[in-house]
Amino acid sequence: MVGGTGGGETITMATHESAVHAADAHGAPQGFIRKWVFSLDHKVIGIQYFFLALAAVFVGMFLSLLMRIHLIWPGVVLPFFGEIKPETYLSLLTMHGTIMVFFVLTTAPQGGFGNYFLPIQIGAPDMAFPVLNMLSFWTTFLGFIVLLAAFFVTGGAPLHGWTGYAPLSALRSLPGEELGADLWITSIAIFCLGALMGALNFITTTLDMRAKGMTMMRMPLTVWSWFITAILGLLAFGVLLSAGILLLMDRNLGTSFFVPLVTLNGQLTGHKGGSPLLWQHLFWFFGHPEVYIAILPAMGLCSQLLSVFSRKPIFGYKAMVYAMLSIGFLGFMVWGHHMFMSGMSPYTAFAFSIMTMGIGVPSAIKTFNWLGTLWGGRIRFHSPMLFAIGFVSLFVTGGISGPFLAQPVLDIYLHETYFVIAHFHLIMGVASIFGIFAATYYWFPKMFGKMMNETLAKLHFWLTFVGAYAIFMPMHYSGMAGQLRRYSQGTEVAWIKALTPIQVFISIAAFITIASQFIFLFNLFWSMWKGKKASDNPWEATTLEWITATPPPHDNFGGLTPVVHNGPYEYSVPGAPKDFVMQTDPEIEPAH
Amino acid sequence: MASFSTTATVDDPRITLGDGAILPPVLTGGGDDRSDPGKPDYATRLRRARLGLVVALTPILMLFVSFTSAYIVRQGLPTLDPQTNLLVKDWIPVKLPTLLLVNTFVLLLSSLGMELARRQFRGQAVIASGNAAPKISSSEQNKMPWLAMTLVLGLLFLFGQWAAWKQLAASGFYVSSTPSSSFVYLLTGTHAVHLMGGILALFVASVAVLFRRALSTRSIVIDVTAWYWHFMAGLWVYILCLLEFAR
Amino acid sequence: MGLVVLVVIWLITLISAYFFIAKTWWLPVGASAAAAGIDHHFTVTFILMGVVFVAAQLALGYLVWSYRDRGSAPGKASYSHGNTKLEVVWTLLTTVLFVGMNLASSSIWASERFRQAEASAVHVEVTGMQFQWYFRYPGPDGKFGVTKPELEDASAGGEAALGLDTKDPASKDDVVAGVMVVPVNREIEVILRAHDVIHSFFVPAMRFKQDAVPGLAIHMHFTPIATGEFEIACAELCGLGHYKMHGILKVVSQEEFDKWLAAREAEKQ
Repeated sequence: MVGGTGGGETITMATHESAVHAADAHGAPQGFIRKWVFSLDHKVIGIQYFFLALAAVFVGMFLSLLMRIHLIWPGVVLPFFGEIKPETYLSLLTMHGTIMVFFVLTTAPQGGFGNYFLPIQIGAPDMAFPVLNMLSFWTTFLGFIVLLAAFFVTGGAPLHGWTGYAPLSALRSLPGEELGADLWITSIAIFCLGALMGALNFITTTLDMRAKGMTMMRMPLTVWSWFITAILGLLAFGVLLSAGILLLMDRNLGTSFFVPLVTLNGQLTGHKGGSPLLWQHLFWFFGHPEVYIAILPAMGLCSQLLSVFSRKPIFGYKAMVYAMLSIGFLGFMVWGHHMFMSGMSPYTAFAFSIMTMGIGVPSAIKTFNWLGTLWGGRIRFHSPMLFAIGFVSLFVTGGISGPFLAQPVLDIYLHETYFVIAHFHLIMGVASIFGIFAATYYWFPKMFGKMMNETLAKLHFWLTFVGAYAIFMPMHYSGMAGQLRRYSQGTEVAWIKALTPIQVFISIAAFITIASQFIFLFNLFWSMWKGKKASDNPWEATTLEWITATPPPHDNFGGLTPVVHNGPYEYSVPGAPKDFVMQTDPEIEPAH
Repeated sequence: MASFSTTATVDDPRITLGDGAILPPVLTGGGDDRSDPGKPDYATRLRRARLGLVVALTPILMLFVSFTSAYIVRQGLPTLDPQTNLLVKDWIPVKLPTLLLVNTFVLLLSSLGMELARRQFRGQAVIASGNAAPKISSSEQNKMPWLAMTLVLGLLFLFGQWAAWKQLAASGFYVSSTPSSSFVYLLTGTHAVHLMGGILALFVASVAVLFRRALSTRSIVIDVTAWYWHFMAGLWVYILCLLEFAR
Repeated sequence: MGLVVLVVIWLITLISAYFFIAKTWWLPVGASAAAAGIDHHFTVTFILMGVVFVAAQLALGYLVWSYRDRGSAPGKASYSHGNTKLEVVWTLLTTVLFVGMNLASSSIWASERFRQAEASAVHVEVTGMQFQWYFRYPGPDGKFGVTKPELEDASAGGEAALGLDTKDPASKDDVVAGVMVVPVNREIEVILRAHDVIHSFFVPAMRFKQDAVPGLAIHMHFTPIATGEFEIACAELCGLGHYKMHGILKVVSQEEFDKWLAAREAEKQ
């Protein structure tokens, strides 16, 4: 097959026709409100999501700062905030978890970068349903506002943790579980709706709007990861929504889905016969795929970056796709590993543990392939690449603790200790955040037309990378020594009190790491304003976003439609004039 | 995997890989089924809307699957009697109002009306877009107000559901009375909310004619709403069976 | 830059590994019959995973440094799309490693959770409520008396907190204590209950943890093999005072246990 034939005649005609059509479909909007607030353009919506997540991540980080302060100086009186009481600490951790999981780890990689780059990377002019896309953002935004409102109502933010285990989360009469808890559930329900609308768009767009020649197996791994993530979201968020509805009914209508006969201080509550484990099953049926919703986009992106900056094709493209698919598939069958100590049948627990160990296999395949991609490359150490390398390192470290926790025998001891905190923060939190940082440094030039400052970026990387290890590696040690999570103070239990020095070390590491995030914030805004102008393809990468202008025009390709002839990672092709072959270049043929 | 080598195509003079230079995108004039640059044609829009609907039905299905599993778990779950420390069953089945059967008939009838409306509009849209798809004899003889009929029947169904709730309450089954009555209200209520979405879409399609929206757009809205409506009818039959036979 | 990445990753790896190997912080000394098996399996997992961890990080650092772009050197990166044979090999290897590791531990899990407690076991009912643990012994008749939620009086503590129905004959000899006292080298059957929210009964030295769930009575067992005092903590978030919810497990000789129980019975009369 020879691509690009047809000559000038076709080009002119196409340009003319499609330009007219594009204006018809939805023309570039005029006016500030239509252009930047209620925009239908997936790129603007992507940027809106990005800034929402940015605001959320700084709120979430601020909450963790307060927690770390409280853990080492319990009595300290903070300016404007006062003293952090034990119950405030529980509210802080609940809101920290909820904000980070939903409004950062789910919002930024998928809503932000996915929205912006999925249509461009498959050569589409926009998402399939632009109005729905806009609604999806504003719904998510509303969810965030409702969540934050929980801080300001009587009774304050809920204290049941981000997992909201019933009956603690289901009883209005418990202190700290008043209106704030209702707002918390409502916010999550609203978020689910927004995420579902987003997922609907992602899936339809990927299936139906790929440019000519963009077969599924030529899609960049980023597109694959967003696509699979959207499917996971589609299946998981409906279940979370159902659990939220039931919980709201238990709290406000007096039903007993999750609450058995319980007494509070000897007083009957009126509930009878519900099952606390039912909440856990429904929650974790969503909750475990959610972990992959957070990490898959980072996996896709870092695979891409390792290839771009090693100037090598990705090692085992198909294996990578199949690994992501099987992670997504298995992700729905392992939720019970959160419940080994919950009173679930031990036989079921054993079955879940086998499935969970199985999920380690595709994860390991991905790691091998990342190392295989580096092997024999010519690695360029731009800041996105540093974050991608950091991602691999953190993914391995966070992943290694998985097989400990996946074995019920070891989970007897490790369950609810800091070992768990270390595990999921490294793999789901920090590794995903590294994916988001990498994406920001990598795509910022395309999104804003400017380069970010490389020196500041590298400084940010080193402080964050070393800082993340300094914070989370010691948590393995304290977890093994029995440090329990969600303890606002370690003073009451002797063995926990003995671990105070580790807490102090972690807090100091956290203060430095948090402070260094302001380097990123400064770099982001400073570069937007004063950064060096970016060329159209500053990283010499091959995917479709780099063939169009910087920043891309309203319909992404200026009235044109790309035709794809090559896979996404054709670097260092022998005989080619440069070390990269764009996806739209004439097809390279396999040697025999 | 085989290794790759370049072929003559790379030497194509039009391909320049100069410093920072960007390749002009290789173009087609659209028309390809999978890559329409501007406004897609009727068939593409219809296909995309239907695909979107199928995707959108998935989470709705998941929602009800989740409720069903909660229902079955709760039903089979013995609860601890704290006095005797023994596990006892506390599931009291609800006698469903007969009115629900009437409602079911109304909803199925509306689903039929919806299908007729869908075919009517699809015929018109196909003719209007000059597409050589299967012809409908004439649009003139199909002036039956199927859409309005569906709308009315849909509202009637919702009203009937409300009346059924009243009957349930009158017989002493409130939302929090027994676990089984909680589920009756939950499932009927959630279904009603989803049906309201369908009614809203029908309403939009009905008034769209006043705003002179393109026939094809109306036709697509009605087509997608029709499939959604059928899904809701099927879902209702499922819910009724669940509540009736698994109590 | 490649060298810096190598040095930092290797340093982090070696420092992290040092504290694991030196066991600066480690599990407390086991004091139950199951502890040795669990600890052994922990060590096995730890060695296997530790090797993987160190190997992967060292390889990452090495590859990044070794294949850095040397600028002046001519030529391109090697062109390869992967190797199916290698993919198959490492898929099989990791499957065997992960699943095998899990199967190796299945017998411990089976004896911990599949098996019922022996008939001769000492029965203790453990009840969690915000933010206190209560321990009830059935007394000489071996039967727990009836408890009624409407009789509960948390402020009174003891029997009243559990809502023990004193009219029930089986409750006459029930002993309720704030400290858990058990004899050494006897299997202890624990019946876990909760009044309000989920709590979790965690005794690190016994390698014992189980949630106490309202609406369920969960039967578990462990066998202490050393005497002494061990701390109990709540391991599941249960509200404001979660961090304060702890208790003491006293493991004593059989004679001391009998003496203690008799004294409690005498107090009751």
